Amino acid sequence: MSQNGHKVIGTRPIRHDGVDKVTGRAIYGADIQLTGLLHGAIKRSPHPHARIKNIDTSRAEAHPGVRAVVTAHDLPQIADKLADLGEAIVNLRDASNNVLAYGKVLYKGHAVAGVAAINLHVAQEAVELIDVEYEVLPHVTGVLEAMEDGAPILHEDMKTTSMGEETDKVSNVANHFQHKMGEPDDGFAEADVVIEREFTTQTVHQGYIETHNATAHWNEEGQLTIWTSTQGAFSVRDQMAEILQMPVSKVKIVPLEIGGGFGGKISVYLDPVAALLSRMTGHPVKMTMPRDEVFEGTGPTPGSYLKVKMGATSDGRLTAATAYMAYEAGAYPGSPVGAGAGCIFTPYDIPNVQIDGYDVCVNKPKTNAYRAPGATNAAYATETVVDEISEKLGVDPLEFRVKNGAKEGTRRADGPVHPRIGCIETTEAALNSEHYRSSLAKSGNGKVRGRGVASGYWFNFNGGRSAISVSINPDGTINMLEGSTDIGGTRASIAMQLAETIGLEATDIKPYVVDTDSIGYTDVTGGSRTTFGTGYAAHATGQALIREMKERASKLWDVPADAIDFEDGVFSYRDDAEKRGSFKELASQAGDAGGPVVAQVSTNPDGSGGGAFATHVVDVEVDRETGKVDILRYTAVQDAGTAIHPSYVEGQMQGGVVQGIGWGLNEEYIYNDAGSMTNASFLDYRMPTTLDLPMIETIIVEVPNESHPYGVRGVGEVPIVPPPAALANAIYDATGVRLRDLPMSPPRVQKALAENGG
Amino acid sequence: MSKKVHVQTTINGESVDFLCEPRNSLLEVLRDDLDLTGAKEGCNNGNCGACNVIMDGRLVNSCCVLGVEADGCEITTIEGIGSAANLHPLQQKFLEHAALQCGICTPGFIVSAKALLDENPNPSEDEVRYWLAGNLCRCTGYDKIVRAVLDARNGA
Repeated sequence: MSQNGHKVIGTRPIRHDGVDKVTGRAIYGADIQLTGLLHGAIKRSPHPHARIKNIDTSRAEAHPGVRAVVTAHDLPQIADKLADLGEAIVNLRDASNNVLAYGKVLYKGHAVAGVAAINLHVAQEAVELIDVEYEVLPHVTGVLEAMEDGAPILHEDMKTTSMGEETDKVSNVANHFQHKMGEPDDGFAEADVVIEREFTTQTVHQGYIETHNATAHWNEEGQLTIWTSTQGAFSVRDQMAEILQMPVSKVKIVPLEIGGGFGGKISVYLDPVAALLSRMTGHPVKMTMPRDEVFEGTGPTPGSYLKVKMGATSDGRLTAATAYMAYEAGAYPGSPVGAGAGCIFTPYDIPNVQIDGYDVCVNKPKTNAYRAPGATNAAYATETVVDEISEKLGVDPLEFRVKNGAKEGTRRADGPVHPRIGCIETTEAALNSEHYRSSLAKSGNGKVRGRGVASGYWFNFNGGRSAISVSINPDGTINMLEGSTDIGGTRASIAMQLAETIGLEATDIKPYVVDTDSIGYTDVTGGSRTTFGTGYAAHATGQALIREMKERASKLWDVPADAIDFEDGVFSYRDDAEKRGSFKELASQAGDAGGPVVAQVSTNPDGSGGGAFATHVVDVEVDRETGKVDILRYTAVQDAGTAIHPSYVEGQMQGGVVQGIGWGLNEEYIYNDAGSMTNASFLDYRMPTTLDLPMIETIIVEVPNESHPYGVRGVGEVPIVPPPAALANAIYDATGVRLRDLPMSPPRVQKALAENGG
Repeated sequence: MSKKVHVQTTINGESVDFLCEPRNSLLEVLRDDLDLTGAKEGCNNGNCGACNVIMDGRLVNSCCVLGVEADGCEITTIEGIGSAANLHPLQQKFLEHAALQCGICTPGFIVSAKALLDENPNPSEDEVRYWLAGNLCRCTGYDKIVRAVLDARNGA
């Protein structure tokens, strides 16, 4: 038995889909084979900003083996309409123009045409034969430059919305919003220490190892089926219906295994193109995206500029904070600046706050969600300023965080009041950790060492829609159909919650992720919602099965259903100890008392997804000669509410930490003056490898989320938030130099040390 | 399109003949012609290791080997390392340690780790980290992968 009286929750069973994945048998998006399959490729813009004067596809169409060529003129041109894709609100006209450029290309790599041919090589040859005539326009890739008067304008018809009102000003600033609480000027007047700093971060990519893919078949009856890797099959269905202007009933999405998403596999890129090519040819068409096109043609997370000011009294109380946050949206409006603004000061209880956010279009790919989108940029600024204030006040940075920590009842600057949260508990666990209590040995090799800490917050989405459909087999096992695609072990975490509810083992549940025609609408696997929201549905399904089994037992035993109890996995009749049976024993007979036992449940819980807080501790060693930063030890502490499968909670924490380390130390889109990304490969966009890292230690704190029957909080996103700031604080501790520009790569560190005598 | 070439190989212990264009990579042949889709394409230029196979005892990126170069070679893919009924110790340890999340990189890691253990049955953590640096994983942060490989060592 695990803790809290649970039998299944808190244990570490082998995941249901594990054997297929370690033996290479699991079928991912690109693995599907169909009869008569054609292969597609995309023609992309070589310019960051240009008007399309003409597209001549005749040479490509005449190339032997080519079956069809498609451009934006084959897509219905749709009006402005906003749609909620799960982690972001998008304008569907923009989404369509991002799939195939119409009128203008807005970034290098913007898709302009698609080809279907008998094999991939022929399709790629044909792409080179498409002649596009461009009028090249001036471009802008930096967020501050894009905000200047006179900057090249991406959308001539886009007027800035400011404080909720549309203005007459045409600019690249799509939106300016403000959150205000209290009187920041008064708060700063009370402060004894005030620190104001500027920060920049660069564009980074989610870097999932599986590239995007879509295989479409538009059959003779007009029914469209798409096999793809996605975080949300229903979200793909909705996007296809809108972009192609067809009824959802004509679209079926079959989600195959997905090789990583992190927010980047919600928007569609290839799917509509493959669908059009299939309609034109009558054949299924498969498209897979080369890695360089993933970097240049899909949605990374934005570069940003932040200015943060915070003030505290000499006795260590935060009195006021302000933030100016300008985030690059990329080619179309919709950066995660809003989410960043909701997170930026949220680990703290600060009475006077003002946050100004700017969503700014630049000639880069349309940004997309990436693990706690917007929050990492924000925490980099706040958490290094908090470190500086703690230092000025001469207090321990974690004790300062505990003293000023947010708790139940604290109001966020963007409005909501916290329910029960584990912010202070998490910080205290870091403070009391063996790592933080240990002393850091000096380096013996001329390098310098330092320790840094940082905290972070992510909302976790409020449940969302989930559906589960189950049938009980005569042997007492349960087939469980779900609509949540499984990116990192959620078949297991959801099946475990059903097993717990009805007193079975995790292995008694057989979970299947099924297509959009086979299950009720289910929101995306995103926002750290799946183990919370679909787990909530699994618990409700278990309750429904218990009610149904009581009905069956009532018939089998000829006793009233309301006199049957269910406890510890056993059904029993109160007045006769002979009349009792386990779930499995009853399952073998239940079919005789009313047909097969099935249940379908859908939920959309009102309560909070349970905010997630994390505090990290890192020890680094800095080589002053080269600027290289090595990580000696890393500990991540996080409130998981209740850890359903602790191994996969640890895995989320470790994976998030390492993505944050990559963001902090190395990863960036490097642009040249021509507006072209110069490092669009895994060789040059250098993600962390085994050799760059130590083991990542984890401490799971469990402050139950009161909105979930088992106390679950989402765990997937917040671990990426603290690392860049924790590393900056550790580098400062080692060298005496503060770095306020990401990434803190060897050249930047070396330059900063040289300039500051560190 | 150029003329196809007849290639004779041994794959996972079985004699396999195939026809391929000279420009086709071994990865393409495995996935598209031989239905061995366990090798994955993550980058197609030798940086991620998701397509790794063992060719005449050497670990290779199958995306960087031409199909025609495989003529006369013995190749082991993930499909030849173990099956559900007969898991290799590495596969068992990956499951027990929860050393996979999305799983797309897992076949490549297991093939690479097998090549390591074939050459050095008792590697240190540093040796494991050095050897596996050619395989990218974006989900796990590598912690549980390294632990799984260490736990699969002889006498571990």
